[in-house]
Order: sequence, then structure tokens, then C-alpha cells
Amino acid sequence: MSTTRTDTVAAPRRFPLREVILFVALLVAVLGVYGVMGAAYSTRMLVEAACYAILALGLTIQWGYAGQFNAGVMGFVALGGFCAMFFSVPVNEAFWGSELPGELGVVLAYIVGAVLLVVGASRLDRLGVPKRLRTLITVVLAVVLYLVVISAFRDVAGQIEDQAGFIGGLGLPAWVGWIIGGALAGGVGYFIGHVCLGLRSDYLAIATIGIAEIIKAFLKNSDWLTRGTATYSQLPWPVPGPAEVGFTLARALYFSVTAVMIAVIFFLLHRAYHAPWGRMIRAIRDNEISAAAMGKDINKRRLEIFVLGCILMGIGGAVLASFNSLFDPQGYLPLNHTFLVLVMVILGGPGNNLGTIFGALAVYVIWLMSEPLALFVMELVVNFGEGAFGWEAPASLDSRALQARVFVIGLLITLVLRFAPKGLLPEKVKHVD
Amino acid sequence: MNELVFFINNVVIAGSVTGSIYAIGAVGVTLIFSIMRFAHFAHGDMMTFGAFMVLLLTTLFPQAGAAIGVPTPLIMLPLAIVLTAALAVGIDRAFYKPLRAHGVKPIVMVIGSLGVTLMLQGLIRLFAGTGGESLYVDDRKEIFRLALPIEGVRVPVVVTEPQLYLFVLTIVCVVGLHFFLSRSRLGKAMRAMSDNPALAQASGINTNTIVAVTWVIAGGLAAIAGTLLSLDVTFKPDLSFFLLLPIFAAAIVGGVGHPYGAIAGGFVVGFAETLAVFNWSVLLRPFRDSLPDWLAQAGNLAFVGTEYKIVVPFFILVAILVWRPTGIFKGKVI
Amino acid sequence: MPLLDARDVHGGYGGMNILNGVNMAIEADEIGVMLGPNGAGKSTMLKAVFGLLHVNQGEILLRGEPIQNLPPNKLVQKGMGFVPQEYNVFPSLTVKENLQMGAYLKPANVKRMLKRVYEFFPPLYDKRHQPAGELSGGQRQMVAMGRALMPEPDLLLLDEPTAGLSPLYMNEIFERVKEVNAAGVGILMVEQNAKQALAIADKGFVLAAGQNRFTDTGAALLADPEVAKSFLGG
Repeated sequence: MSTTRTDTVAAPRRFPLREVILFVALLVAVLGVYGVMGAAYSTRMLVEAACYAILALGLTIQWGYAGQFNAGVMGFVALGGFCAMFFSVPVNEAFWGSELPGELGVVLAYIVGAVLLVVGASRLDRLGVPKRLRTLITVVLAVVLYLVVISAFRDVAGQIEDQAGFIGGLGLPAWVGWIIGGALAGGVGYFIGHVCLGLRSDYLAIATIGIAEIIKAFLKNSDWLTRGTATYSQLPWPVPGPAEVGFTLARALYFSVTAVMIAVIFFLLHRAYHAPWGRMIRAIRDNEISAAAMGKDINKRRLEIFVLGCILMGIGGAVLASFNSLFDPQGYLPLNHTFLVLVMVILGGPGNNLGTIFGALAVYVIWLMSEPLALFVMELVVNFGEGAFGWEAPASLDSRALQARVFVIGLLITLVLRFAPKGLLPEKVKHVD
Repeated sequence: MNELVFFINNVVIAGSVTGSIYAIGAVGVTLIFSIMRFAHFAHGDMMTFGAFMVLLLTTLFPQAGAAIGVPTPLIMLPLAIVLTAALAVGIDRAFYKPLRAHGVKPIVMVIGSLGVTLMLQGLIRLFAGTGGESLYVDDRKEIFRLALPIEGVRVPVVVTEPQLYLFVLTIVCVVGLHFFLSRSRLGKAMRAMSDNPALAQASGINTNTIVAVTWVIAGGLAAIAGTLLSLDVTFKPDLSFFLLLPIFAAAIVGGVGHPYGAIAGGFVVGFAETLAVFNWSVLLRPFRDSLPDWLAQAGNLAFVGTEYKIVVPFFILVAILVWRPTGIFKGKVI
Repeated sequence: MPLLDARDVHGGYGGMNILNGVNMAIEADEIGVMLGPNGAGKSTMLKAVFGLLHVNQGEILLRGEPIQNLPPNKLVQKGMGFVPQEYNVFPSLTVKENLQMGAYLKPANVKRMLKRVYEFFPPLYDKRHQPAGELSGGQRQMVAMGRALMPEPDLLLLDEPTAGLSPLYMNEIFERVKEVNAAGVGILMVEQNAKQALAIADKGFVLAAGQNRFTDTGAALLADPEVAKSFLGG
């Protein structure tokens, strides 16, 4: 990427030919899917693609606006999904009716107390304690308190699992979980961003990959909170469900909700992008040193954008989980929830919201259609192999065929980076010659 | 005393095993970092690829090792090293070199390496399936039980054959790397390029050669680490994502660009992991009578459950980034 | 035939020309000095000679052979050495390793040339096992010059070798430059300390706006009142 940009030179208004062609092609593809796969299936595809578009918008502002690479989208998506589940599923009387909430509360109070104690110990040097001694005291205290608290906690968690299964939800409307899911993802993003954003850009990628795996490990193993691998299905919808109005209509209603959300996010982002704040963000991305020299608080701006992106990912993840009506911590995969989103963004056009939405829809359609296609191709290969060489295919061929898609996604990423680094709809609209 | 032996088995030996593997992996990552200035995310998959090559070759010629009394996978390791090194150089030529030629930011290289990760993963799973497989196709995994000549000790110190090979090969790698970097002309040129690429070029050092050599070394080490890990447990195609974080944590702990730091960092992370999942109540057992009740009763005094092992390298990573982003050692960091 | 002969050199970065026709010629065994105000194109010219900058017009001849736009490592092979102004050592390599890197393309030279470089710069011998990054500025400059001398160049390019040094070291470096030259190495250097530099120079080139303003022997330029008024500070 060149450091000199002709950002301020406004391109003359023109007919957005490229956009129109791409979106018309997309529309044709979607209609084709409708024709072949039926309305219920295709509407589901559209809703899921819309959820992915929200995720992709989150990533495009991090990567496209600010040049921050978040390699752990999956973690934020899973957090959102968890919140959607936790706030919307019915209250579990078996838990709330027992004395367990009290015990859990006591343990949580212990945790807060322990944290306060450790923080207090870390400030002992202000009372005249030598710094080395303070560090020693803090570390020892932290280790001991941690062991005590975690023991107590494991105890209560075990009891909850034995007696009540899991603590259940709060029985609130779905949108509460969506909002809090966004907030929680933003909070985690704040923590990670606070640690990494002043450092090399690679460190953020490493740390986000790590946090995503940790979030997944936590959600998967905390049976008392999430039912873990047992999963929880039947998350309620904010619109009438399939049982009331039928699949297609219910999904269409859900789709209209997501479409409105995307429109609102798109509008707000568009405003922000052209506001002084957005210009500042791009100035920092393009030339950090001169932006700093002009007195911009780089790290604060970066943190804002990173947190904003994470919030969008949390919301998108929550909406997606609600729609699937299922919270399955094991179902969160780096491939489906990180790299697919990455491809959507870099293919669509990082930093271009319209391009990102196009990328999300197009890639999701291709992704979904590639599954039967991969199986079909594999079958052809097997038939050819059997016919020509008498080759006996291994049994697990179907699952292996799907792995070929992993390869294709990877290839796509490297090819786009090399041949179309600005995506199909580049951020700055210039004349195409 | 039995508790002490238990500690040796579960912490000293297990920690050395994990530490060695992380160290060998982290050296490769840090070398790539120091020459090409980007975090190579496909490193875990190069390890898997190396192990997969060994698996493939061992399945093809299961009896090869019996002739000289060494497990077949070990015979196949040199071949796998060559193949993995070739793969690494090939990947660089095909995917990283064009990006470098465009002068992209390091983070774009990182994304490119993620693309390569997925391609490798897809290919390996396409051919190897998704399940785990033992590299001991036709051999038996020897297990050595060393009874300690101390009275009252019933539990033996347990070391397996692949672990011994691992320790020996780790030492060989570290010593070899040391001599390569400090004595050989190419090794010095590599350090020179890591110090100051422009001046290295002005001195007539062919930077393309150095880049290729770096990939050969990193690929070879990755094959060693992956194979030894798979020998110790089993070969799993989805190994890489869980290796990535500890290896990067190790490289950053040691100071990015420092091969020796990466080795130390590998052992720091490896031992931290095993210490964190070790159940400390075992060590308290002999003192049961003199302890307060709540402590004596505590059944599980592990810091984290094994299912949360990945938290440990992450915690180390965050701690080091917060307090000493340049690593635990003094000196220049890239 | 001159050792270095640059004729009407034009060049610059990214379409912007900084050099607009520079001419200079140095015989073997001569010291050439480039002077001029900031932004005159002195360092740029040096980089153009060493292939670090694209020359889009004119030619540069080394012993009659055109060398413009050859990559640096080829130029090293043809007998050219370059000492950049900044970042001119490998900080984590020892002094000895730094020097060895200089002779990377001529490994046979190492032993003999190490001895000679230590003779030129005795302080380096005592510090040969220390990382170059730990040395003082003047010693670092010696390492940098030593490294460039290792492949036995016929022409040594020095970019402001005394920048940022104390006067004591400055004199020392000028002395070394004279000694190296006396040993048969042609030198082309950019210098801010014009008077001192011209005093040891056989040829002087005063550049302004990417072109020659004055070209003469060092002594003549030093005596020229116009040069003195505009470039030597009266």
C-alpha cells in the first residue's frame, strides 16, 4: 500500500457501474438458489448471510478503516451467541429454587474480594513497602487466593451441574441478549486492544487468536453456565417463529429485522467514515507517524475502532445464534467464523462498507453452495478412480471432501491479497480504465 | 518420596517434553520473524506437514527401521525434514515472495500466512482424514521405568522412547543452531541480515539466499518438532491451532528475533503449562497431618484444568506484552 | 581513464528528479569531496553511484565500464565499497563478524584484510569480540569503514563519515581517510565539514539543486572567494 494517497481529491460523480453489475449478478445468483433449493432454504441462507454481513462490517472497520487485523472473530461471535442464549432462554426453576444461587453469589463475592485484595497488595508500595517485597506479596497472595477461590468455584459449579443441569437463562427478550452480547464482546475487545494496540500489528493477531480459543474453551467446558457440549437449542426469536407462521414467512420476518440492523449500521458507519473521526482514523492507518506528529491520540482512536468492531461482531454473533435457535460452543470454528468473515472482507473491499456487504452475501452463497458441489466433485473423482484404477475410496470421504473447501478458502485469501489487494469494490472509488 | 517421583514424572519430564517442542518451533518462528519481519502463522501446519510426511513414509515402508533397530518414523525423519524444507521454500516462492515484492505491510504477510495455513490444513486433512493416528505403525513404543534406589519409593520414573529421542534431538538442534549462527558464514550473514537488511545487501550478501536458508532451517525444525510431538502422543491433523499460541508466546517471551531467547521461552512456556495443570495437592499429601483442614481436604489444587491449558500461554503472552514487550532478556528486538 | 566518471546524471525517487545533471570524475588514488547546501543532492548522488537510486539519464562509468543501475552486490564485486551515514554497522554482530561480513563475497580475503583493517584502525583490534552496537560513534564509524574496505575496493564511497562525531574523532577519521587513500583506494565522500574536507581533497564538487556549481581541485575551491562566501561560511 502506498503511503501517498489522493484521498482529498474528490472523484467526479459517476454512474456506479461496477457496484450495479456486481449486485445484479448477486441478485441473479440468489434468485437461482431460490429456484433450485426452494424458498424456505434460500431465505434461511439470506438471514445467515445477513448475520455474516454484520460480522464482516465489524471486521472491515478494524481491518479496512484502521489496519488492525483481528484473527479471533470467532471468539467475539461466540460471546455474542452465549449472551443471546443466556438472556433469552427460560428461567431454570431447578436452579433458582434451590440454595445454589446463594452459594454461587457467595463464591462470586469471594472472587471480587480476592481481586480487591490482590489489587490492594499491588499498591502496598505507596505505604512504604519496598517494591520487590510488594511484588512478592502480590504474587504469593494472588496464587494462594486464586487456588482457594477456584476450588470453591469448582465446587459450586459441580453442584449446579449435578442438581440443576445449568443455571438457565433470564427469560428476557432476544434483543436484550443481542445488546449485551455486543457490550460483552466490546469489553473483551477493550482488554485485548488495551494490551496490544500500541505494539507491533502482528501481536494483535496472535492475541486475538488466543482469546478466541480461550473463549471457546471456557464456553465449551463451563457446563454449569452453557450446558457445554450438550448444547442448548430452542433459543426464542424476536419475531414470530416457524411454528406460528411457517418457515418461509418467519424467516422472512427475521430477515427484515437483520436487514434493518444492517441498514442502521451502514448508515451510522457511513456518517462516521466521512466525519472528522473517520478521517482521523484513516490518517492514522495511512501514516501513523505524521498523524502522531499532528497531535492525534493514536492509541485511543485505535482502541475505539477496535472495540467498535468487536461490538458489531458480538451483535452479529448473537443474532446468528438466535436465528439458529441453537447455542453450541463446539460449533464455533475458526474456519466458519473467522476466516470466512476475513474472505468476505478482503474480497468485498476492506474499508468499503458496501463492498463488504456484497462480499458477505456473495461469499456466503458460494460457501453454502460449495458443500454439495464439493461432494459432487469428490464423487466424480471416486467414480473415475474406481473405473480407471480400481481404486477403493476411504470411507470418510464425505468429511474429507469438505476439507477441500478449507483449501479453497486459503487459496482465495492468498490470491486476493496478491491480485486484488483492494477487493472487488475498493475503498476509494476511482475511475476504472 | 513417591510424591516427588510423581512430580518428576508429571512436571519435570512432561515440562521438558513440551518445552523442547515449543522451543524448536519457536526458533523457527523467531528466525522467520528476524529475516522477513512477520509472524508466520502457518508454522504449526508446517509442523503437522512434517509429521504427516513421516506418517506417510512409515506407512509405506513400515519395516525400514527394524533393519538397524531404530523405530521406522525416526529413519524417515531426515527425509521428512528435506520435504518440509522444500515445502517451506516453495510456499515462500509461490505466496510470500510476490507479497514481499509488492512491499506490503507485515500484517498483510500475516494474513497471507493464514491463507497458507488453511491451504495446508485442507490438504493434510484431505489426505490424512481428520482423526488421530499413531506414528508407530509397525514398531512398539518402548517405555522405560527407572526404579529409584531409595527405600520406600515404589513409583518408578517413567520415560518413553520418543521422549528420549526428543531430548537428544533438541540438544542436537540447539547445539547445531548455535554453531551455525556463530561460526558459519551463512549463519553470520543471517544474523547480519536480521540486524540491518540494507547494509547486508550493500555488503554483497544475497538476501534471496538468506531468505531461502531461513525457510530451510525453519521448515526442517518444524518437521522435527511436529514429528517428535506426534511420536510422543499421536498424529493429529488439527494440531496446529493449539501449537500456534504457545509457540508465539515462547518467541515473544524470549524476545522476537532472538533464537536463544526463543529456546528459553519455549521451556518457560512448556514448564508453565505443566506446572499450571499439575495437581499440587499431591505434594501436600505427606504433610497432611500438619496442615489446616481446608487445605488438607482440597482435592484438586491445579491452577487450571487440562481443558484450559491454552489459557497459560495466553496469560504469559499478555503478561509479557504488558510488562516487557521486548522479552525477558535484554538486547535488541525486532 | 578515470576511476569513476559520472556524466550528466539524472535521477530521483518516484518520478521526482533530485539529480539534474551531475558530472564528476575521479582518478584512481584521488579523494573526491562533494559539498553543498542541504538538499543539493550530495547523498543522493552517492546513492546513485552505488546503485541505490534509479538513474534515468546520463551514465556512470567505473574504469570506463558503465555501471549505472547495477545492484549493490554487483558493484561490490566490481570493486566498490559504500559506507552509509546511519545504520552502518550490524549492531548485534561483533566487530570481527562485522568485518567478515564486509568480505562476504571474497572469503579468501578475510584473514589478510582483517590484519590490514586492524592496522588502519588499531582500536578495533582490542574490541574485536565486542558487539558493534556497544561501541562509541567514532569507533562505529571505523567499523563501518573497515567493513567497506574488507573486499579491497578500488573506490570507497563515504556518506558524511564525521556526522555527529566530536571534533577529536572527526580529525581521527579524516586522518584515516587520508591513510586509506594513501594505500591506493580512491575515495568519494560527502562532507559537511567543508574546510577540513577540501583540505585533504584532490577534487571538489560543489553541488546545488542537483547540479554542479563549482568543480575544481580541493585547494582551488578552498581558495575561491565565491565558494568561501556561499559555502564555507565566509
